[in-house]
Amino acid sequence: MEKVFKRPHALSDVSFHYCPGCPHGIVHRLVAEVIDELGIEGDTIGVAPVGCSVFAYNYFECDMQEAAHGRAPAVATGIKRALPDKVVFTYQGDGDLAAIGTAETVHVAARGENVTTIFINNAIYGMTGGQMAPTTLAGQVTQTSPYGRDIKTQGNPIRVSEMLATLDGPAYIERVTVDTVPHIKQAKAAIKKAFQMQLDGKGFSLVEVVSTCPTNWGMSPQESFEWMRENMLPHYPLGVYKDITKEEN
Amino acid sequence: MGNKVLMKGNEALAEAAIRAGCRHFFGYPITPQTEVSAYMAKKMPKIGGTFLQAESEVSAINMVYGAGGAGVRVMTSSSSPGISLKQEGISYIAGADVPCVIVNIVRGGPGLGGIQPAQSDYFQATKGGGHGDYHLVVLAPSSIQEMVDLTADAFDIGDKYRCPVMIMGDGMLGQMMEPVEFKDTDVSDLPEKEWATSGTGMKRKKNIINSLFIEASELEDLVLERQQRYDEIIKNEVRYEAIDTEGADIILVAYGTTARIAKTAMAKAKELGYKVGIIRPITLWPFPFEAFEKALSSGTKKTFLSVEMSMGQMVEDVRLAVNGRADVEFFGRTGGIVPTPKEILAKIVEIGGAK
Ligand SMILES: Cc1ncc(C[n+]2csc(CCOP(=O)(O)OP(=O)(O)O)c2C)c(N)n1
Ligand code: SF4
Ligand SMILES: [Mg+2]
Repeated sequence: MEKVFKRPHALSDVSFHYCPGCPHGIVHRLVAEVIDELGIEGDTIGVAPVGCSVFAYNYFECDMQEAAHGRAPAVATGIKRALPDKVVFTYQGDGDLAAIGTAETVHVAARGENVTTIFINNAIYGMTGGQMAPTTLAGQVTQTSPYGRDIKTQGNPIRVSEMLATLDGPAYIERVTVDTVPHIKQAKAAIKKAFQMQLDGKGFSLVEVVSTCPTNWGMSPQESFEWMRENMLPHYPLGVYKDITKEEN
Repeated sequence: MGNKVLMKGNEALAEAAIRAGCRHFFGYPITPQTEVSAYMAKKMPKIGGTFLQAESEVSAINMVYGAGGAGVRVMTSSSSPGISLKQEGISYIAGADVPCVIVNIVRGGPGLGGIQPAQSDYFQATKGGGHGDYHLVVLAPSSIQEMVDLTADAFDIGDKYRCPVMIMGDGMLGQMMEPVEFKDTDVSDLPEKEWATSGTGMKRKKNIINSLFIEASELEDLVLERQQRYDEIIKNEVRYEAIDTEGADIILVAYGTTARIAKTAMAKAKELGYKVGIIRPITLWPFPFEAFEKALSSGTKKTFLSVEMSMGQMVEDVRLAVNGRADVEFFGRTGGIVPTPKEILAKIVEIGGAK
């Protein structure tokens, strides 16, 4: 019998530690499929963040470095400058990328560093048990915004893709999600395009995946996606925010 | 052998790093080490290397982590406030066993402090600085020639033991000019780093550069394994200079710029009839305990005088080394004030009694 669905080679043969229904697993798989399809596993170095995906270094078959919280873009920069012919990617959550690592994020993008970032925006700090993130929506209840995020005292959620798209460095920025099969296909196409941009030497590429955290949102996986569609997608609209290959045409 | 050239300390250090095979430098401007960056900015693009001015010292040290993990010889330099910012990264680098060289051209502190020479980062450099069970090898040159020689050693030590190495100078050493000679070193054939994340090439299992070990027993095993490497460093890499310690009544202990001044004071004191020697630690970690053992073995009553540009930091290691077997005194200036030979001489006279 022909095997029609199998583990991508770039995905290690170990079980994820993620909660049931957590999109981290889906996105890992997409990244691994893209690495397989582009045939770049042997030339790729990934950088894991601090967050729920901290163990990403166990899940990808390529060489991996584990960064301090928020520092993945700087670590990726160091690797890329040392090995300019290799493919370098970071995989980061919203707290990692848009709070503690904001400076690193803005500057890796501004430099147009030829690396790829996969950004999981689940509007919460998953790993530490559900605290407010820089992307937490106004009014959203978290452990550290128990009365709902109060914009007056707790600030506004950051739209990362839009913010970075104002810079000249990035080559490609797209926001996707993984709640339905068409969306998953779109997400994979975006990830593939982001890696392809790097292979073509175009500069910084980022794919923001609007995601969920069923565990800390206190919902079932299904309810989480519904809540995400209703509340997150209006604030974080899907789409391409930057594509210099379009501008070049 | 090359010829002697007249060079500023910071620039000589940068040139020595390049000659040691360093092609990647990540930094952030701060006085009084900026010439290191400026030199790298000028040289690196011409020799196919990387000079990158990072957005902060935090980023710079994490770029060092990335590049060092990928297997290249890499360096960053800064001065005290910037080195404080790097501490998180240094701890991760130590925890992931990534070799690299970190230069601290120390200035007065705490806080923003001043920009004049100081040695008040001794505790930070030798007693941790960042979190966790780790050490930095800390090299403290006292001339520009020694700075050049130790820079080459720093890269070798880092690669050999897979650890971060710090070169600790002060604003005086960084800024002054002296003739130096660069040794011809062949770096074309450095040993391969099999652990580096340079791409599997689909030919080997993946490498992981990481300091996270959730299982306590696994983490303990790794820390213990690293401690064995530290023990090797203690055994093999201790460096110091000891002059006339055996017959001395008073033994000065000083490093870096301060050691040069202390030697001047020592010469004056000898003219006045005092029996004075000096121990100059070159490695601040590992601290040269054996120099004290040798000095103490001669049996005569001795007083050790630690002279520092700080409120008394190395003196704690001097007390540990002496362990109650002799008197330990301290003289220091701080905040960017460099002690004068006269001041040190006055302290010697105070200890030795008027002659
Ligand atoms: C310097 C530092 N501060 C705080 C933490 C604790 N911490 C670990 S993960 C995390 C938040 C991660 O959230 P996010 O990046 O959104 O990832 P997620 O878990 O949601 O995927 C925090 C605050 C840490 N590890 N290091
Ligand atoms: S805590 Fe949230 S983000 Fe983390 S694995 Fe569980 S569901 Fe996923
Ligand atoms: Mg998150």
